[in-house]
This record gives sequence, C-alpha cells and structure tokens, in this order.
Amino acid sequence: MDWLNAATQGILLGGLYALFAVGLSLVFGTMRLTNLAHGDLTILPAYVALMVVNALRFNPFYSIPITMVIMFVFGYLLQRGLLNAIVKTGDVNGVIVTFGISIVLQNALLLGFTANSQGLDAGTVENLSIKINDRLAVGWLPLIIFLMSLVVITVLQIFMGRTKMGRAFRAVSDDQEAARLMGINNKHIWAVAMGVALLIVTIGGVMMAIRTTFDPLLGSQRLIYAFEAVVIGGMGSAWGTLLGGIILGLAQTLGAQAFGSAWSILVGHVVFVVILALRPQGFLAKTVTS
Amino acid sequence: MNTTTTAAPMGDKKFSVSVASRTNYMVLGFGILVLIVLAVFPVFGGTPWTRRLVDFFTLLALAQFWNLMLGYAGLISVGQQGYIGIGSYTLWLFADVLHINPFIGVIFAAIGGAIIALPSAALVFKLKGGYLAIGTWVIAEVLRLIVANIKRTGGGSGITIQAATKLGTEVRVPGTYWWGLGVAVIAIGVTYFLLRSRTGLALEAIRDNDLAAESSGVNLWRTKLYTYIIAGAGCAMVGAIVAIHLLRVQPAAAFSINWTAYILFITVIGGVGTIEGPVIGTVIYFVLRETTSKYGEWYFIVLGLLAIVVTVWSPRGLYGYVVRKTNFFLFPLQRKLYYEGERKKRKSVAAESGEAAG
Repeated sequence: MDWLNAATQGILLGGLYALFAVGLSLVFGTMRLTNLAHGDLTILPAYVALMVVNALRFNPFYSIPITMVIMFVFGYLLQRGLLNAIVKTGDVNGVIVTFGISIVLQNALLLGFTANSQGLDAGTVENLSIKINDRLAVGWLPLIIFLMSLVVITVLQIFMGRTKMGRAFRAVSDDQEAARLMGINNKHIWAVAMGVALLIVTIGGVMMAIRTTFDPLLGSQRLIYAFEAVVIGGMGSAWGTLLGGIILGLAQTLGAQAFGSAWSILVGHVVFVVILALRPQGFLAKTVTS
Repeated sequence: MNTTTTAAPMGDKKFSVSVASRTNYMVLGFGILVLIVLAVFPVFGGTPWTRRLVDFFTLLALAQFWNLMLGYAGLISVGQQGYIGIGSYTLWLFADVLHINPFIGVIFAAIGGAIIALPSAALVFKLKGGYLAIGTWVIAEVLRLIVANIKRTGGGSGITIQAATKLGTEVRVPGTYWWGLGVAVIAIGVTYFLLRSRTGLALEAIRDNDLAAESSGVNLWRTKLYTYIIAGAGCAMVGAIVAIHLLRVQPAAAFSINWTAYILFITVIGGVGTIEGPVIGTVIYFVLRETTSKYGEWYFIVLGLLAIVVTVWSPRGLYGYVVRKTNFFLFPLQRKLYYEGERKKRKSVAAESGEAAG
C-alpha cells in the first residue's frame, strides 16, 4: 500500500468513525450523558441484522432499514425505561450505569453468539472496487459508507435546524428547565435522541459488518474511536465529528504505512493525545460544555 | 480522633463534639485484633486461602483508591488498568533487568505509577465529567499498545518474572500476602488520614459541591491532581504485587478493562464516598466470585445489572443505605454533636455537612 492509497483509505475510514461519533455526540449534546455502552451499541445492530438475515434469508443490505427501526425502538425504550432516571443525577452516575450496560451487552452477546467472528455475506459487492490506476483502488463499500456519513450529517443538520423536533432537541440541550416550562416533554425528547443515535449507529455498524467480520469484544475500540473523533472535531459540531473521524482515520492508515500495521492504532491515539494537549476544544467546537 | 471538647451551654443543654463514639473504639479494638490475626494468617492458613486473600486485599486496595478519586474528588476513571499494567511491567524491569529484590521493586512500581500519572492528569483534566472517564481509558490503551510493541518484554504474549519464580513458594506466597495486606492497609490508612486532614476537608467539600468548594478557596485542580497521583501510585503498587503473585505479566491481562469492571462494581455496590463501602463491596464480590464465576458470562451480567440497579435506586450503595438508617460509621470522619446526658442513648446529630447522603 503506498502513501496515496493509505491516505484515501484513511479518509474513507474517517466517514465510518464519523457515523459512530455522531451518535455519541448527539446523546452527549442533548442530555450531557456520556454513553460508555456506545461502542457495544454499534456491535449490537450487526447481530440484530445477522438474525434478521438468517430469519428472512435476503441480502444484508435490505436488513439495514429493519435493523434501524429495531434499534430506534430499543434506544427509545432503554432511555425511557432506565437512562432517564439517571440523566439528572449527574455525569458520574451516567458513566457507571452505561459502563454496566456495556458489560451486560458484551457478555449477553458472548453468551448468545460466542466470541467467534461473524460476518454478513452480501456477495460480490464486498470486494468490488473502482480502479483509478495500478496503485490506487477505491473499494465500493468504504466509498458508500463515506457517502452515507455525508448524507447522515446533512440530514441531521436539517433535522436539528429546520424541524420542530430539532428545535426541541436544541432547547432541551440549552436549558432543560426552560424547555420543560415551554411545554417540551424532556423525557420524550431524550428518548428520541437516544433512538436517533442508535439509528445512525446502525448504518455504520451493519455496513461495517458487511465489509469485515465482527465479534462481541470490538465495542470498547469503537467507543474510543468515536470519542476521539468527537474531541478532535470539537464538541457539538456534526461536521467537526467528520473532520475528527478523517484525522483519526488518516493517522491510523498513514501510521500503518510509516511504521507497520502493529503501530496503526497507537499512532491514532498519539495524534489524539497531541491534539487534546494543544487544542482541547477541538477544531470546530460549537458549544462550550459546562 | 479523641477530640472531645465541651462547649458553652446552649440554652439549658450542654453538648460536646467528638468524632468517635464508644462503639467506634470497640470497633477499633476489634479491628486491631482482626489485623493481628490476618498478619499471622500465612503461618497457619495454608497456601490456597493465603493466595485467595492476596486477591481479596489487592482488589480492596484498588477499590479504595478508586473510591478516593470518585467519592471524594469527583474524578471518575475507567483507566486504572493502565497503572496496574505499568506497575506490573515496572516490577519486571526492576526485578529482572536491574536485579533488585521483587519485594523492594513494588516500591519502585509505585513511584513509576506516580510518574506516569502526572502528565496523564494534565491531559485528561482538560476533559470534563464523563468524557474525562473515556480519556483515562485512552491513556490506558496507549500504555498497553506501547508495552505490547516492546520486543524485550515479549510483546503481546508477555514475559515471566524470573526473579519471582526463583523466590520459591515458601517465600513468595507469604511475601505477596504481606504486601497485599500492606497495600490494603495503606489504601485505607491513606484515605482515612487524608480525609481527616485539611486536604480531606477540601475533598469532602468538592464531593458535596465543587463550585461552592472552589469559591471557598479550595484549589480544585490541585486537590484532584493529588488524588489522581495517589491512586495511580497505589494501582501500580497493586500491579506489581499481582505480577509477583502470578509470576507472569501479559499486556492483555495486566491492562485489561476487566480490572476497572471489578473495581467499579465493588465500589458502587458497596457504597461510593465511604471507606466502609469498598470493604463491604469486596466481600460481596468475593462471595459472588466463589459461587457464580463458573458461569462465565452470566457472572458478569449479574455484576453489571447489580451495579445498574444500585446506582439507580441507592446511589450511595449498600453502606450508604446502612448509614442513612443508622448514621453509624466504622471509620468516623465527621464530628458529631452529643447532648450531655444523652450520650449513653447514642443519640447523635451530624454536626457537619458530610452526611452520607451528600
């Protein structure tokens, strides 16, 4: 793999990280909840899709909308049934409870599906690529995932800026009490936010499951990548998470190109640490969090 | 502890302020007795139970250090496994490369942990609240990946601590036992005396309301930094003891997130923000481990659900529930108000704001 190719792969990988990061950022933005189970919630839809595909026997791509609906409902119920109770009690309880959820989810998946890697078979699409020249080829799947991240962020921006529900999201984010006094049902809004976050995560999670294999233990890695993308990009900025994802993806692929694949993830972390040290507010920060 | 002062009469009632009640002194006497029995335990206890108690003490110490950070400074870390791993590998460095007695190497491991904690704190403290937690996790991952890429320590497959194997069972098992007991006593002692000091007042103030504490002149950043460094050094010490105990270090095990899972469950279930909480939590954890750990995943699911249930319905854990009902502390930290003549009835009023309900 040469440099131009590594850079291309890195940018495309950034789109995937952005898809994971947007959900984390949305949940944090609307209710100041740091969801440590977020990584495992990107793995869960892959298993849901696997069950849907096994039950209905069709192409995994068709399972995406069904899985999105299932995950939205799951997120809504999780928030209303459990997480709403701890949102107001401070971020420490949020961390503890979501860490507990993460451990429960991970072990439930291990129990149900074992630690073996699974895959979703979509046929030949998985390996198709656009050959630009002898040294540079862009895979269709990574490209689709990247384009999906652009679509998701654009739609999310329109949703937040132009719709009544989006206005409610922003109102709840700015001032919970004032929003409640204006007749907004905070508990419903938070639940919808969690549902939307999981719906977005499903797109990335299932696409990634089609592209490579997955197992229940991948969650913590995904959480960390999503978090790094959010922090690099700047809190509260959707396009920032895309930028953060791209920087992280580039750091990993270029790091692998320079030092070998064993160092790839470490180089990503180091770039994150350097940016955190020099520019803790991120590149495109919008909101100042209290 | 023994600061009974008689103040001027208020109305027609005289009152006194003291930290410890009579029951506390009885508990103290009993505690010293237990400590003596525990100290000589390896002589008669047999190797399997001695080894089991090493696990108990090390987990108790980890939970206590974590509790010091979260319960008193409001710092939530899910990256303490980074310091445990660093402690293990520092021990290997001192024992097998520099040929220092492994039991002395434990002290150097603590120093190593503190040295790593200082720049890490500068980084993660830039993040707020829950994001700080993930930041500590990233630091732990960075440390793990660096260690796993070092060829000298066997990379991902780990390395045997030769100096520890050479010690022989009859020296190694009691030695690790006493270090384990020692680190547990250090963890409880440091927490207790830190909280009884000026810094302790600052910590309790931060726990109750960090904004109010800061406006009363508490240096929030520095106080948090102290607890983070103490916890880092303590966890590294435990890592070193565990390395001697297991004779082998491996990045995946030494830097495992499962450490944080255990610590978190123990502290949360027992009760955050009290010294007694982690002790009770560790006992509960051990009973669970001995009875259900053979069910593998179910065991983790039960632990996770317990932590969720306790946090939602009784955020101060089991001990917090006891305190709310009785206002009794095994390790008395708050000054209590006693009315003269009523002392025998053990009627006390919390004189300070440091109530368990926080």
